[in-house]
Amino acid sequence: MSEYHIKGTTGEWEVVIGLEVHAQVTSNAKLFSGAATAFGAEPNSQVSLVDAAMPGMLPVPNRECIRQAVRTGMAIEAEINAWSRFDRKNYFYADLPQGYQISQLYHPLVGEGSLTIEADEKAGIPDDKIIGIERIHVEQDAGKLMHDQHPTMSYVDLNRSGVALMEIVSRPDMRSPAEAGAYVRKLRSILRYVGSCDGNMEEGSMRADVNVSVRKPGEELGTRTETKNVNSVRFVMQVIEYEANRQVEVIENGGSVDQETRLFDVASGTTRTMRSKEDAHDYRYFPDPDLLPLELDEDFLAECRASLPELPDAKRARYEGELGLTPYNARELTAEVETFARFETLLAETAQATGKGEKDIATPVANWALSVAPGVMKSLGEDANPSNATAKAQARILAMQDKGEISGGQAKEIYEIVLRDGGDPETIADEKGLKQVSDTGAIETAIDGIIAANQDKVAEYRGGKDKLFGFFVGQTMKAMQGKANPAVVNQILKDKLDG
Amino acid sequence: MTDLTQLGVKAIRDGVAGGDFTAREVAESFNAAVAGASALNAFIVATPDHALSAADAVDARRAKGEDLGKMGGVPIGMKDLFCTDGVQTTAASHILEGFVPRYESTVSRKLWEAGAGMLGKLNLDQFAMGSSNETSYFGNVSSPWRKEGANAAMSPGGSSGGSSAAVAARIAPAATGTDTGGSIRQPAAFTGIAGIKPTYGRCSRWGVVAFASSLDQAGPMARSVEDCAIMLEAMAGFDPKDATSLERDVPAWEAGLDANLKGKRIGIPREYRMEGTDQAILDSWEQGKAWLRDAGAEIVDVSLPHTKYALPAYYIIAPAEASSNLARYDGVRYGLRDLPDGSGLQDMYAATREEGFGDEVKRRILIGTYVLSAGFYDAYYTQAQKIRALVARDFEEAFASCDAILAPTTPTASFPLGENSDDPLAMYLNDVFAVPASLAGLPAMSVPAMLNPDGLPLGLQIVGKPFDEQGVLNAGLAIQQRAGFDAAPEKWW
Repeated sequence: MSEYHIKGTTGEWEVVIGLEVHAQVTSNAKLFSGAATAFGAEPNSQVSLVDAAMPGMLPVPNRECIRQAVRTGMAIEAEINAWSRFDRKNYFYADLPQGYQISQLYHPLVGEGSLTIEADEKAGIPDDKIIGIERIHVEQDAGKLMHDQHPTMSYVDLNRSGVALMEIVSRPDMRSPAEAGAYVRKLRSILRYVGSCDGNMEEGSMRADVNVSVRKPGEELGTRTETKNVNSVRFVMQVIEYEANRQVEVIENGGSVDQETRLFDVASGTTRTMRSKEDAHDYRYFPDPDLLPLELDEDFLAECRASLPELPDAKRARYEGELGLTPYNARELTAEVETFARFETLLAETAQATGKGEKDIATPVANWALSVAPGVMKSLGEDANPSNATAKAQARILAMQDKGEISGGQAKEIYEIVLRDGGDPETIADEKGLKQVSDTGAIETAIDGIIAANQDKVAEYRGGKDKLFGFFVGQTMKAMQGKANPAVVNQILKDKLDG
Repeated sequence: MTDLTQLGVKAIRDGVAGGDFTAREVAESFNAAVAGASALNAFIVATPDHALSAADAVDARRAKGEDLGKMGGVPIGMKDLFCTDGVQTTAASHILEGFVPRYESTVSRKLWEAGAGMLGKLNLDQFAMGSSNETSYFGNVSSPWRKEGANAAMSPGGSSGGSSAAVAARIAPAATGTDTGGSIRQPAAFTGIAGIKPTYGRCSRWGVVAFASSLDQAGPMARSVEDCAIMLEAMAGFDPKDATSLERDVPAWEAGLDANLKGKRIGIPREYRMEGTDQAILDSWEQGKAWLRDAGAEIVDVSLPHTKYALPAYYIIAPAEASSNLARYDGVRYGLRDLPDGSGLQDMYAATREEGFGDEVKRRILIGTYVLSAGFYDAYYTQAQKIRALVARDFEEAFASCDAILAPTTPTASFPLGENSDDPLAMYLNDVFAVPASLAGLPAMSVPAMLNPDGLPLGLQIVGKPFDEQGVLNAGLAIQQRAGFDAAPEKWW
């Protein structure tokens, strides 16, 4: 697998990518005020005096927001700075009531950490790769301007003003759109595991500033551009693709890349200049005198650590190592919080229903959860009632299958009925005759009949034509109307033909 | 019947509680005095109804035998830097003219809860930036004092000049002040009254229009040390809405007052003997030492070696913070908006702020913006912060050998309005003795000492250890008892 390179007229170019991800902290209240943070509320209905920067109002740090950022830092195994400080970033804009954003430039809450993106041959990631994370700091979000409410004026909605963000700054360690995409997905997964951010990119809970530069392999870093506020994994990848090619073209045409801030245009999939370096603000950062340095004590840090759940990498390793799942299944099941949560519930229920250990039934449960159940759900379409998809019902189906009472096909059929109409799986199996026969007597009788009727084939088989075994199985199943337990059929056939 | 406006906080509180007069009578007397003193321009707005309704509430409580509160029945002046619910709050600026908060600052709320009422909102230097009360959008405040045999209007000091003028003129028994770099102590000294800036964090800054957050501190201004102690008790206390608020109980300062300084050591900082200091000031300082010695204290020499750097550092840090704190006055959400025809957002900012801020405020925003700019930050702001730490360390070391420090409050007595207004540097020098304690966040008070040969008041400053307001008040009380300062300005207004 070759590395991702841009082919220019002067040769191949390497792309260097760093991401600054802004993740909205999951918290009922804003970073420095008690105002609520629900998405989609009426404009200016979630604004406190502090958020509107009324005269004399003061920020007071919200402990829960700090706690979530610390837990996030711990989840990427980062250094947690027990002493950090808030700085003011000063600039004028109508969505910024204070005239400054409270952020952390000089002493961030979270220092150096990293995360691992997994190998994905198809995407062009040959090996697992560690992506460095330089820092995480917490800061206030700004409000929102609405330009479509009035013919000549813009309106300001301050609901988002003061909402807590984590800015997660990666090292420029990524070399392809695929790596950047994998990084964002992995980061999102970690945030959601930790519960510090809902990761909802559509609602703006997570957005990325994408830093891209190009260079000839082995050369010094090129000049980078920063494309702001990109709000989906796909767009992040598009921005990189577009920017890298644009920069190569600029350089190869004898120009040079301007260090500038750019905007992504979703409709055209291109980026354009927002402001150049010359127009860059002088933010006049300085320590916020309204706030004391943030000092975290041992108890607080210990609580943060103790409250961390099992994280994606550890969970995946456990699924493979302890539960014996395939790497594919382990990865798929651990990618999303909802997926592993559903799986673990189903696994526990099934273990109970079968009386077996989790690791003994993990593989069929995983296959069910990843492929069988979603397949049934999909085939039913709107006829499915998702509220019927309880773990209990599914566990009972899986248990019947495990005991050999029903076949895989019958399990699907039963689940289909459960999903559509509800009802008790065992009762459905009984009433609809969706049970396979494991009664050796009945199967033996059927096999005896088939052997008697096919003496020539029996002779051929015994003469070494092993393939004919399948013929006998098929005939038996046909005779049993497909309801015989295949394992039992195989065993009896073997005994009778070979014996 | 006595003229109630001659009474201070303690006398009014005790008189109301004892039934010598009603709170309403007190409020009416002061309301009348305020109405008759417009020539001083001490108030931006009078709020006689507020004073009366607070008084009536106190009288009603008394009738029911209920507790009247620490300030029960005392009407006060409120510096117009404190946001007051339903009453215009301007910081003496055009940009906030007409702004009526729908919230009450913590300090004013605590005062109302303690039984005080409000006579009105007091004039000040615009956004508390000034040392003479000549930067207010609502006009200069005149000191009630004049030089003997002269008619020139004198400065009441600043920025709490409305407060000092009102208390000295007996149109308010007490007033709130705020002190960023001397704004309580210098006006108190200029007008012959007492005023204390407590330890940084004692009084909540919530609802106080910010000038320089790391320095701003509210405090009382009154005619006696006892009155200051009483009022400070009502104002102080931890406030969870201010992250820099001190999480400490408020001591019973009034009950703890004790002028016996036996066993106490008072430090005299040699670096405060500066050139350009009036002889009368130096004489008052000598006198102050003698009074404190007489009270039982031992006088010791101390050194505060970084004193001379304090004022320059202050004039970097305070404007830096101010330039950021004042960014919110942008015409978008409240206050003045100047939106020229066809203009956009940037034009609106420029026009609003050009129109809404006075010259001194603009000067400090410019200084502050400059010192925080990329390329200058380290040379100015970072250096100034280092000096601030050194100044604080100076005090710490000095306090190893003394319990409090005695110094002049100001290098000169009050000056005529207009005399220094063209020379910002000369004006800034007024705070040369006051600023170090501000940078170190220490409690400091000014108490009246004597009149100078021109018949103008001079103050003495006591600086204490962190949280030792009691020590400061006690030394102040010792001076007060020996100074016997009872001069009052002759009424000309």
